[in-house]
Amino acid sequence: MNIKAYMAIMRVRFMLLVQYRVAALAGIATQLMFGFVFVMILEAFYFSSTVLQPMSLKEAIGYIWIGQAMLGMLPWGGDAEIQNLIRSGNVAYELCRPLDLYNHWYARAIALRVAPTVLRALPLFLVSLFLLPQEYALEIPTSTAFLAWVLATLGALFLGSAITNLINISMLWTISGEGISRLLPALVTVFSGMVVPLPLLPDWSQKVLTLLPFAGLVDTPARFFTGQLAPSEIWISTARQLIWTIVLIIWGRRLLQRGLRRLVVQGG
Amino acid sequence: MAQIVVRDLTKVFKVAHRKAGVWQAIKGLVKREYNPVRALDGVSFEVGRGELVGYLGPNGAGKSTTVKILSGILVPDSGLCKIINRIPWQERAAHVQDIGVVFGQRSQLWWDLPVMDSFELLRDIYRLGPVDFNDTLEELVETLNLSAFLGVPVRQLSLGQRMRCELTASLLHRPKLLFLDEPTIGLDAVSKLVVRDFIKRLNKEHGTTILLTTHDMDDVEALCHRVMIIGRGQILMEGKLKDIRQRFARERRFIVELGNRYVEEEVKGRISKAELIYLEGNQAHFNFDPTIVTPAELLHELSAEFEVRDVLIENPPIDEVIARLYEELAI
Repeated sequence: MNIKAYMAIMRVRFMLLVQYRVAALAGIATQLMFGFVFVMILEAFYFSSTVLQPMSLKEAIGYIWIGQAMLGMLPWGGDAEIQNLIRSGNVAYELCRPLDLYNHWYARAIALRVAPTVLRALPLFLVSLFLLPQEYALEIPTSTAFLAWVLATLGALFLGSAITNLINISMLWTISGEGISRLLPALVTVFSGMVVPLPLLPDWSQKVLTLLPFAGLVDTPARFFTGQLAPSEIWISTARQLIWTIVLIIWGRRLLQRGLRRLVVQGG
Repeated sequence: MAQIVVRDLTKVFKVAHRKAGVWQAIKGLVKREYNPVRALDGVSFEVGRGELVGYLGPNGAGKSTTVKILSGILVPDSGLCKIINRIPWQERAAHVQDIGVVFGQRSQLWWDLPVMDSFELLRDIYRLGPVDFNDTLEELVETLNLSAFLGVPVRQLSLGQRMRCELTASLLHRPKLLFLDEPTIGLDAVSKLVVRDFIKRLNKEHGTTILLTTHDMDDVEALCHRVMIIGRGQILMEGKLKDIRQRFARERRFIVELGNRYVEEEVKGRISKAELIYLEGNQAHFNFDPTIVTPAELLHELSAEFEVRDVLIENPPIDEVIARLYEELAI
């Protein structure tokens, strides 16, 4: 495998994506705002409830901040550039390179997930760790919890990129990608724990939620960071992320092969 | 030995169609109708090493489809295609190392990046060594005169500059074969000449085999050793441009400057051996067939009737020849 080429593609795509400074600033502001809204709702919810919750308020608040900081990692939609390539027919050029198209697009998907995350995560971590009043702040994790979080975040990145790539590949059929990019965020935000921390959802749903791939995106890393999951659980959760990643990659590869067989590069 | 061997290639596209109107659009939601379009209907040809072949045909004749099959992008429905003894769509990775492709209407450069970044990315994609890459790039930069805008983002280049960069991008890995799909489309006269000269040099000095599709007959006349004409998904004719011209446009233009102005009837009535095409001021354009009447006889007849100031004999414009050819072949 031509690792160097894929790294170069990732680097170039990354360079292009991080140059949108205004978007990054707007993103930080949005995530802070949403973070506060979620934190306040949770607080009201905890104070009005008499039942013992499966996670402490402090943990839930930390969970929210991690989710907001890592928002860019969520597979919201596909790569707009790939969508354009397919629509305009420039995808013809991608097909006459000595590269595996799936890996090529996967490399781009990683860049697409990492770039906005780097831009947003750092400032959000700084604010939520050090600038907020104690009761609303993110707590500094133990070093083993931190290590587990790093691993889980890497797992989330590979999983998220596999989902992103599936969206890219689906453009070979739908061309516009509009439908999927509206439908998917609804699924992803709810089932990943972005809206409500997954442990707070009804007990009967827990089994399904942990079986779905989406929990590996936000829920898993956030729970390790806040200490809601013991670092020793990391092997099971990593295995779960990895299995889903492999399944989605195999599925994506099959779809791509089918898509290319029926591909008609349009015009000229 | 032939580098490109194509036998009986066929490719049928299914094209969705419906009649205009809202009701038809709603019907289309339930039941789609497809029309089969035979883009290629038994195409066969060969191209030898070092040849520069023109691949001509009107829009929609199947030129681009052929190029896409040759470059391994499309899979044909049936037929054989071997390029340097490989089947493009089966040994894609090895195949594409040996070929370069330029689609004149598309871009392979990264729109928002300086040209040089795209070149370096291609270096990594094709696993080129730094020495080879630098040598090739230096040569291309010099011959195509790119040094002034290597650092400029692609979106800010003029079309002519961009096309020179596209050519460079397709040649960095020194392919043995180059497919050019309308490389001069939309270019101004100067850029066209630059691109044309470059293609000629590449073929001569490096022996690169080139298949060129174009609608620009001046390209063809200046470059191609041989042309193939495709229409209705089949190769209808192939040969040297000179021979095609002789077969389809034997006549010559005989342009005469007369001493006075005349109206058409006056000239037509007095000249029997050639056909008057048009008359403008005191310049008269005739068509004549040199196998029926020699220029000397024609001049003799003309000067007996008129005062002849100047004479020019030329071939009919190649565009006209091709247009007539398409008409006669009914494509």
